This record gives sequence, C-alpha cells and structure tokens, in this order.
Amino acid sequence: MNLHEYQSKFRFEEFGIPVPHGKVAETPEQARLIAAEIGGPVVVKAQVLTGGRGKAGGVKLARSPEEAEQHARAILGMAIRGKIVRKVLVDPAARIKQEIYLGITNDRAARKPVLICSAEGGMDIEEVNRTKPGAIIREHIDPLLGLRGYQINALALGIELPYALWRPFGKIATGLYKCYVDSDATLCEINPLIITENDELMAVDGKMSIDDNALFRHPDLAALRDTSAEPPEEIQAREAGLSYVKLDGQIGCMVNGAGLAMATMDMTSLYGEADGIGPANFLDIGGGADAETVAAALRIILADPNVKVILLNIFGGITRADEVARGVIAAFTEHPTDIPKVIRLVGTNEDQGRALLQAAALPNMSTAMTLADAARMAVAAVKGA
Amino acid sequence: MSVLIDRNTRLIVQGITGQQGLFHTRQMIAYGTNVVGGVTPGKGGQWVEGKPVFDMVRTARETTGANATVIYVPAAGAADAILEAIDAGIELIVAITEGLPIADMMRVRRVLDQSNSRLVGPNCPGLLTPGQAKVGIMPGHIAMPGSVGVVSRSGTLTYEAIYALTQRGIGQSSCVGIGGDPINGTSFIDVLGLFEDDPETEKIVLIGEIGGTDEQKAAAFIAQRMTKPVVAFIAGRKAPEGRTMGHAGAIVESGVGTAAEKIARFQEVGVRVAETPDQIADLIAR
Repeated sequence: MNLHEYQSKFRFEEFGIPVPHGKVAETPEQARLIAAEIGGPVVVKAQVLTGGRGKAGGVKLARSPEEAEQHARAILGMAIRGKIVRKVLVDPAARIKQEIYLGITNDRAARKPVLICSAEGGMDIEEVNRTKPGAIIREHIDPLLGLRGYQINALALGIELPYALWRPFGKIATGLYKCYVDSDATLCEINPLIITENDELMAVDGKMSIDDNALFRHPDLAALRDTSAEPPEEIQAREAGLSYVKLDGQIGCMVNGAGLAMATMDMTSLYGEADGIGPANFLDIGGGADAETVAAALRIILADPNVKVILLNIFGGITRADEVARGVIAAFTEHPTDIPKVIRLVGTNEDQGRALLQAAALPNMSTAMTLADAARMAVAAVKGA
Repeated sequence: MSVLIDRNTRLIVQGITGQQGLFHTRQMIAYGTNVVGGVTPGKGGQWVEGKPVFDMVRTARETTGANATVIYVPAAGAADAILEAIDAGIELIVAITEGLPIADMMRVRRVLDQSNSRLVGPNCPGLLTPGQAKVGIMPGHIAMPGSVGVVSRSGTLTYEAIYALTQRGIGQSSCVGIGGDPINGTSFIDVLGLFEDDPETEKIVLIGEIGGTDEQKAAAFIAQRMTKPVVAFIAGRKAPEGRTMGHAGAIVESGVGTAAEKIARFQEVGVRVAETPDQIADLIAR
C-alpha cells in the first residue's frame, strides 16, 4: 500500500526528520488560506499515487496566496498518468543549495534492507544510477543489528557531505530506518533531502510503501489508504480477498494460484495474440477458496464490459473442485448470462465438481481437461462471439 | 532414495488443531507420511488422529524424536513458529503459511543462516516423494513414483507440471515447492544440488516465475554444476509491468526479473524451456 507525499512526510516528522510545515487543501480557496498563513512563497504539489508529478505540471511555485489559489485550481482535477488529483499539499518554498537522495527498501537478493544515498538527488536519480552508478552509495542493514553509526558515516563520506552536517544527517538516517521498521515499510524515500541556503537539512519530498502482509498489525496505517483513485473492481477484489489486475483483453480469467493464473494469461495470449485476443484480467482466487469467494470473483469479471468469454481454470489442492463448482453454479444462478464459459476443473474432488456442473447444465458451457485445450477453446469462443 | 523426505521422516505438525492443519494432517497420514505428533500452544496433552499434541516444539521433539516439522500457523504467528522450530533444532522446517510480512522473513532468514536447520517456504505447497510421503498440501493422487525431480516456485503450477508428467506415464522422484515469496528458506540452487546428488533422479523440471533473480542464479548453477538434463517453464511472459513507487526499487533491481530475461539465460546454458505446461512432459520424454 502506497502513502501520499503528505502522509509520508507527516510520518517522517514523527520520527524526528525535519520537513516543511505545509498543509493539505482540497479546494483552491483552502490553498489560498494556507498560503496566506504560511506567508512568503509556497509550493503547490499534487497529491497523487503515481510518479512523474513534476514533469506533468503537478508541482508549481507560487509567490502570493492568489497565485497559490490559481495553481491549485489548475492542479486539482488534473489527471496524472490516469489518476485524478483530489488534494494538493501547500508547503513553504525552500531555498535549495543541494539535493540529496536518501531511501531505504528491501533488497530481496541480499535478503536485507538497503539504505541508498546519492549527492545527486532529484527527479533524475534513476538516470544517475544508469550513467554514474558510482554516485549511488549503498549500505545493507543487518535486520538484527539495525543501522549502525559507522554505516551512516560511510554514507556521509560517500556523498561528500560537509562534516558540520554529519550529526543532523545521522539523525535523519536513523529516523528513516526506525520509521521503515516501525511501519513495516517496503520503501521509505526522501527525494530530495535538501541542504538549504542556511545549511540545514530538510526532507522536501517523501514516499512510503507499506507491506500489505503487515497491515494487520498497523491499523493506523491501514486507515490511511486512499481508495479514491483506485478502480472500483480492484477495491471489491481486495475486500473479497482476491488478487485482481485489470488488463485489456476479452477473456475473463479466474484461476487459483498466482503462477497458474500467469500461465493461463500466457496461454490465452499465445493462442490468441495473432487475432488480437488476450486475457481481460489477472485474477487469483487464492488457496482454499470457498463458494462465496468464487461468486465474488465472477461478479467482478462479469462487470467488465470487455469480457466476451469466461475461462475458469482450477487445479484443486487446498481448493476443492466441488466447492468451486458450487460457487460457479451459485454465481450464475444469481446472475444468469449467456456468455460462453470454458471450465477446467482438475485435482482434489474433481469428479464431484464435474458432476455438479454437468447436472446444473449452465447455458453455453464447455469443459476442458488440459490448460492448453481450455485456452484454445476460450480463444475460439471469442472469435465466434 | 529421494530428497528431503521419505517414509522414515518423523514429522510433527505445528498448528495441528487448526482447520487447515487438521485437514492436511489427515491427508498426510492417509498418504503414508509418518506423522509423530503436533504442536498447538495451550492444547498440550490432547490427541489428534491418534497423535499426541504438545505445547512447544521443544517438548514435541524430545518426546517423539521428530526430525521435520510442517507449519500451518496463521501469518501473524508463523515467523515465531519457524524460529521456535529452529531453536528446537528441527532439521527440516516446511512452512505452508502465506502472507508473512517481509520484515519477519528477513529476521528469520538471518537466524536460519546461522543454524543447522533447512527451511522450505514459506508460502509453498510443501514436499512430495511419490509413493512414500508428503509434507504440506500437494494433492498426492496426481503424482507417481519415478525419476524426474520437480522444483517450483509456484503452487498450483507445480501440480500442473506433475499432472502433465503423470498423464504421460512419467513418474517423479521428489517434488519440491520452494514458494513464491521474495525471501524464502530454500532456493532453486539448493534443490538442484540435491537432485544432482540423488541417484534416483535422472532429469529435472524447474518451474519459475517473473520477478527476482533466483532463476538467473539457477541458470548459472546449471552451467557450472549440473550433469543431469533440466527442462524449465517460466510463468508470466505476458504479465503487465509492475506498478512500483519511488526510485529505490528501480535502483536495486533495475531491469531484472522479466520472463524474457529468465528464458534467455536458461537457453544460453542449454536448458530447454517449455512454452506451455503440457510441453514440459514432451521435452522430458524426448
């Protein structure tokens, strides 16, 4: 789960990291009032859960409250990479001497958190990584020992930070690591961490991602989730415990297990790609899904107007084929549809599952024994539809 | 012979009184697995399916001589269950639980690396040595004894591969699901090494996915160490690109982990890569 800039920075501040004291506005008038309260130049920043805000015109400097209002009017309602901006952060503008990058994430290959730092922070940090990898300093953190003082020194030296700033830099790095651990974050990023003209360090932009698997122990963070820019079907899927990603094909796929769901997408593309046919979604109903989960999944697939065929591929392990069959029958009884259905049920209790489907005699249903057959049949059904 | 488990493995079940634990304990016993007991804190002294339940892994091990454990404990307590099994000195720990927080796994992995225990999983279907024993949740009836070793990061896709082999009359020596989490206990390389040294395994099927670099490391290992033929399948050729936030992820893992890259690495070292799960069996039969 990703946090907005303002949520991340408010949280950073709780861990002793200096941030600008701005406020959030949902209307242009609010932006003007906040700017007047701050006094002096402000930055109006779109709060949207995607990158590329600056380049899309979502970050503007304003010299007066009136100008802040104008910028907020232009930015609120703007779409950045398909996400509508509903809030702006109005921050006091800072005078920047240097931009530093400071971030912590999980390095899965090293199986440890890694602290990354560069003297060349700002929007083009990934370009710096490509062209001047030596300008990026990394320190892996032992999860049992935590971030050690000598590692902070190594970073400060690596970015040639003036010695006078080592102590405040150490406080920021330590605070960021504590924030990362205490929040079960998978990313805590300050970009840029600036050196002001008064030679002070300040986090003027921040990003956090929280491990979804750990949200159960962070109800305060879970409550920060902004669903306003999420497609409704993804919200529904999450609430039903399903993993769903919308794609642009015609075959609505419902599969148990992420690997098999990906293989099912691959197969429909393999047979359909030449004719512009492919999967309409990735949907994993998970292990041990019951009839209710299956019904919820079918409702989400049927709500997609692009779906011309439904492909159900279930390999029962924990998930029992007869339970899935009951869910399928219940969902189609509740929402009868003539849409072609290709069903493949194998594994635990497959005979009972197939017998139930046979007895239900759903309209336009065909069954397949192998994944390849099921994918070919689904592609053929789209062509015939 | 087989790898990791056989009919002599003495298994305990952590979370034996839970719904999943109980269901799969019955299935494992029915398959022939030598289940010697279980652990649920607070339920020590009870009996489940004729097996004694203990409050702690330590006492379970002392009493039953268990050398393996399988964990069905819910995600919130799973890291603790793994650490408890390491502390009790259990040689083989199989964690079925999905949804473990990544921070928990980083700490577990750090402790594991300094122990003598092997962890398989978490978020995995477990182990199956056809005709002898199963530990975990794989459906036993789709497998048959033979000489193909199967190792996989995926759950149901593993079943798909085993099923395709069995349908063609090709049996398996051992099937190992290592799990799909970003940080886990046993890697492809570990299992490839076990199969290479196992006299009963003649050919190997490796099933990978997009993301991470485990498959690329496996390809390098195959080039250096393996004499037995390997057939691979990689899921996610058509997966949409992940929506990552921030720059740190891009800096750490720039450009690694696509299906195309993994397939290319395997082909470079002479591993045949199947386009569909059915084709896995064709390539193995050849």
